[in-house]
Amino acid sequence: MTKVSEAPKARLERPVHPAPKEGRRLPFIVEFYGSAVAKKWLMAVTGIMLMGFVFAHMVGNLKLYFGEKSLNHYAEWLKEIGEPIFPRTGLLWILRFVLLGAVVVHIVSAAQLTRMNRRARPDRYQAPRDYAAATFASRTMRWTGVIVALFVVYHLMDLTWGVGGAEWTSGEVYQNIINSFERWPIAIVYIVANLALGVHLYHGGWSMFQSLGWNNGKFNDWRRMFAIGFATIVVVGNVSMPLMVVTGVVN
Amino acid sequence: MALDAKIPAGPIAHKWDNHKFDVKLVNPANKRRFKVIVVGTGLAGASAAASLAELGYQVEVHTFHDSPRRAHSIAAQGGINAAKNYRNDDDSVHRLFYDTVKGGDYRAREANVYRLAQVSVDIIDQCVAQGVPFAREYGGLLDNRSFGGAQVSRTFYARGQTGQQLLLGAYQALANQIQLGNVKLHNRSEMLDLVVKDGVAVGIVARNLMTGAITSHSAHAVVLATGGYGNVFYLSTNAKASNVTAAWRAHKRGAYMANPCFTQIHPTCIPASDEFQSKLTLMSESLRNDGRIWVPKEFGDERPPGQIPEEDRDYYLERRYPAFGNLVPRDVASRASKREVDAGRGVGPLKNGVYLDFADAIDRLGRHVIEERYGNLFQMYERITGEDPYVVPMRIYPAVHYTMGGLWVDYNLMSNVPGLYVLGEANFSDHGANRLGASALMQGLADGYFVLPATIGDYLAPQLGSQPVTTDDPVFAETQRSVEDTISRFLSIRGTRSVDWFHRELGKIVWDNCGMARSTESLEKAIAEIPALREEFWNDVRILGEGDTLNQSLEKAGRVADFLEFGELMCRDALHREESCGGHFRVEHQTEDGEALRNDDDFAYVAAWEYTGDHASPALHKEQLEFENVHLAQRSYK
Amino acid sequence: MKVTLTVWRQPGPTATGKFETYEVDEVSEDMSFLELFDVLNDRLVGKGEEPVAFDHDCREGICGSCSMMINGRPHGPELGTATCQLHMRKFQDGAKITVEPWRAAAFPIVRDLVVDRSAFDRIVESGGYITAPTGSAPDGNLILIPKAVADSAMDAAQCIGCGACVAACPNGAANLFTAAKIMHLNLLPQGQPERWERVTNMVQTMERYFGSCTNHGECQTACPKEISIDFIALMNRDYIKAQFKQRRLASQRG
Repeated sequence: MTKVSEAPKARLERPVHPAPKEGRRLPFIVEFYGSAVAKKWLMAVTGIMLMGFVFAHMVGNLKLYFGEKSLNHYAEWLKEIGEPIFPRTGLLWILRFVLLGAVVVHIVSAAQLTRMNRRARPDRYQAPRDYAAATFASRTMRWTGVIVALFVVYHLMDLTWGVGGAEWTSGEVYQNIINSFERWPIAIVYIVANLALGVHLYHGGWSMFQSLGWNNGKFNDWRRMFAIGFATIVVVGNVSMPLMVVTGVVN
Repeated sequence: MALDAKIPAGPIAHKWDNHKFDVKLVNPANKRRFKVIVVGTGLAGASAAASLAELGYQVEVHTFHDSPRRAHSIAAQGGINAAKNYRNDDDSVHRLFYDTVKGGDYRAREANVYRLAQVSVDIIDQCVAQGVPFAREYGGLLDNRSFGGAQVSRTFYARGQTGQQLLLGAYQALANQIQLGNVKLHNRSEMLDLVVKDGVAVGIVARNLMTGAITSHSAHAVVLATGGYGNVFYLSTNAKASNVTAAWRAHKRGAYMANPCFTQIHPTCIPASDEFQSKLTLMSESLRNDGRIWVPKEFGDERPPGQIPEEDRDYYLERRYPAFGNLVPRDVASRASKREVDAGRGVGPLKNGVYLDFADAIDRLGRHVIEERYGNLFQMYERITGEDPYVVPMRIYPAVHYTMGGLWVDYNLMSNVPGLYVLGEANFSDHGANRLGASALMQGLADGYFVLPATIGDYLAPQLGSQPVTTDDPVFAETQRSVEDTISRFLSIRGTRSVDWFHRELGKIVWDNCGMARSTESLEKAIAEIPALREEFWNDVRILGEGDTLNQSLEKAGRVADFLEFGELMCRDALHREESCGGHFRVEHQTEDGEALRNDDDFAYVAAWEYTGDHASPALHKEQLEFENVHLAQRSYK
Repeated sequence: MKVTLTVWRQPGPTATGKFETYEVDEVSEDMSFLELFDVLNDRLVGKGEEPVAFDHDCREGICGSCSMMINGRPHGPELGTATCQLHMRKFQDGAKITVEPWRAAAFPIVRDLVVDRSAFDRIVESGGYITAPTGSAPDGNLILIPKAVADSAMDAAQCIGCGACVAACPNGAANLFTAAKIMHLNLLPQGQPERWERVTNMVQTMERYFGSCTNHGECQTACPKEISIDFIALMNRDYIKAQFKQRRLASQRG
């Protein structure tokens, strides 16, 4: 019952993403993953797993300071854990696959969310922004994330597969590390990558509480302190190793 | 035409219940066959649209805002009255009714006011159920406060943002109905004319403000909930876009405009600071509970307020009204301020305010108590003026705030044009010559949630089976053409002055001559000046741009053009009403001590004006007011 | 005082826009930022140029119409203040001020500084209400609400829907707006029956229009009502819970 004297020129309002089709119910996990809030939740959950790994990895490797025997024994033990219920290296492989899964979910979610965010603001501000709250860490998450991911690939090549250019022998963990870190450009790569990891953890270690919905006036102040503390410990622990080797304190 | 208010018979306490039984009903299955257009999405419009849609009517809503939530009801601060008597302080429906009639200086229709008081209790329940976060006591019960000098605590509030929360409640209910497909929302769609066929309202013509498209919309009934006309004064506490256009165009199509001279001036607003001032900001009336109002005794006393000793200050409200002091009603307080400023004792750089001083209250109660009570208001004051009210007294001055007049409606809220309903501030009905604090929200929601949904069936039921007049009907084409012609005319003037200039000039004329004090002389002056300004407007206004895009100058031009016509009617109404009552103060009619002097013998009626043509005088119709339940008395606050 | 305004001018939704610079003198420091635009527009009309289109209405910080990106910040430098309540005394004489519209895919520019924020209405329509048809309500005091809960709900409910959170967010996300709307209702006892449907539907509608939250916290700093991102965390929690909840058993504790 509405007569239009001329067609409206442009329908302005437009969703960036189409509405899901009516009547089609996708499997729960697919539907769940379809939401950005759920993706962030998954990033927080996988982030916690990766934080656990990063922390354990650092603590384990600090055995570098207790000498060759201690570190190599620890490396051997990693292969044995879970015996006899699991075969040798069995549990280790399970953990590796779980970690790999977490990494994939973390990165794919991040990439998809980044794409979504770009589409949400196709035309950027034409004048400079004056950020009031966003930190360097929060605004560089995707770059520190990429740096850490690339570093992890190199780190595996260098010290797990032995194709990083340094002299490498399977099982001789201590010597492999010394061989690698004695090359000062590689030590710098390790240090820079771990600083990037620290920046990533500084924001991620706080942000995950928000994404998980863990918000309570009683402990909110501690969330930031946790992130700072965790990032500091990991960075100090990890950076110390190449630093000590390249400066000749450990050899 | 005789004005029949269709007030139901019977004792006042039973009128509404009896009436609800007597009105014709539309069968639930048939309601969807009726289409209703609601214009405006403030408290009245949004609540009406949502409630009608819940009943099953097809509803089409127009708002000129980008979202229904932006209507100016959102700015109401203080609260909403309801006769709940949760405080055990002897409140009752009858007391709220009595206070409202008396506060309105006996110029409101008793039956409407009684109904308003009756449904006020249901409004609170409804809003709580919708999730309006009213202030609560520690025990979880609803909190109340006393407001505007009322003798009981009957005001419900949500911090200083009651209007916002109530509007969001109504907007949410509307959003629900939009989602269900029962309401079709047209945002940024401004009603520019009412379509009347054979004396019956059949639709509207609207302009899409984003694309400039002019469209016709037809329905079985049209509901206007388009707010008040306070912006005729240019400077007011109304939002910038608030206007009289929808009501005025309906008036020109036959609807009577009632009591347009009843305008309310709020005493505690921040005075204008410079010539660029675009609007005035209201400071809650509650400030008068603890602040003391004064001016220097000496003319032209240039000392800073802190250095003016007690003996050189005139606490004029406390002096003149010892019983009520700083808490006299709005109209009395406003006129007293004007008297001081007019006498040359005004304060501030422009000498256009009076002091509202909290120094004594801070001494007595401590700064933290004042901060707790008024912290956000003090912050707002400081933001606007750059002065710290904890140290320097606030400067305040009255400003236009609310308009009690509006389109005439009967007990069913239908205007004299069949099929045209008018709700909220846009109608004239419930506040008489002066509105009590916290009653505007109550009336808007009463009309929208409870009154209109009950009464509209009476008009619609007999039309069952009839289709609304289609938009193909020549009457729509004709109305649409006249709207398009007006727009082309605006764009073709290409004069030299901006729309705002004309608006400011009009504002000065009506404020100076038809503001807080009116006289035969001033009103006659205004009635002579307004047509001249209108003439100049139509010859010299400059509106740039085109009609087929967003064009804010063009939007404003239409509104100011209507104010230029409406302002004259307002002055004529003020001139004809030879008495002082409520917000209408005629200097010729005052007691020896300068108080308003009513004339109940000759003016206890509603003045409803009929439009008779562009160059003809409006015709006056009277609805005599009968007071059977409230005894008429002169108000005294001494 | 005198200021130099650099303003985004764009004649229509599909037209290309650009910055124009205007010198405005004789500015009073008591003026609000919008009154500065009134003055600019009056002078532009005097010169025969089209005035700058900008959204505004109540001019007392509550309607949420005004929306200007001032020197890279939504609503300008003053915290907890909408553009209409920003006064010129906050700027230096001779200040250079750049003004842009909100930018987000869901807020297309209509003209100059005016954007279309209807996407917010779509979010509310998808669940931002309590189904309580008129007339069906019990007495307002029947359901007790602890004062602290009512206060928290009010903290969320005071959102004015201006869109500054979206404008401020580096991702163009509307999580603060949506969270405020959801949590206002989800915190109240009256909002419980529709709690899980509400959060699911509103979040999903939000995500059709806007970006995602990466917890920068820009939104709460830009918010003229200073609404906390704590509500975003609560919304996230409710959303995830809602996905795993057996809603037919939702009224059971635990």
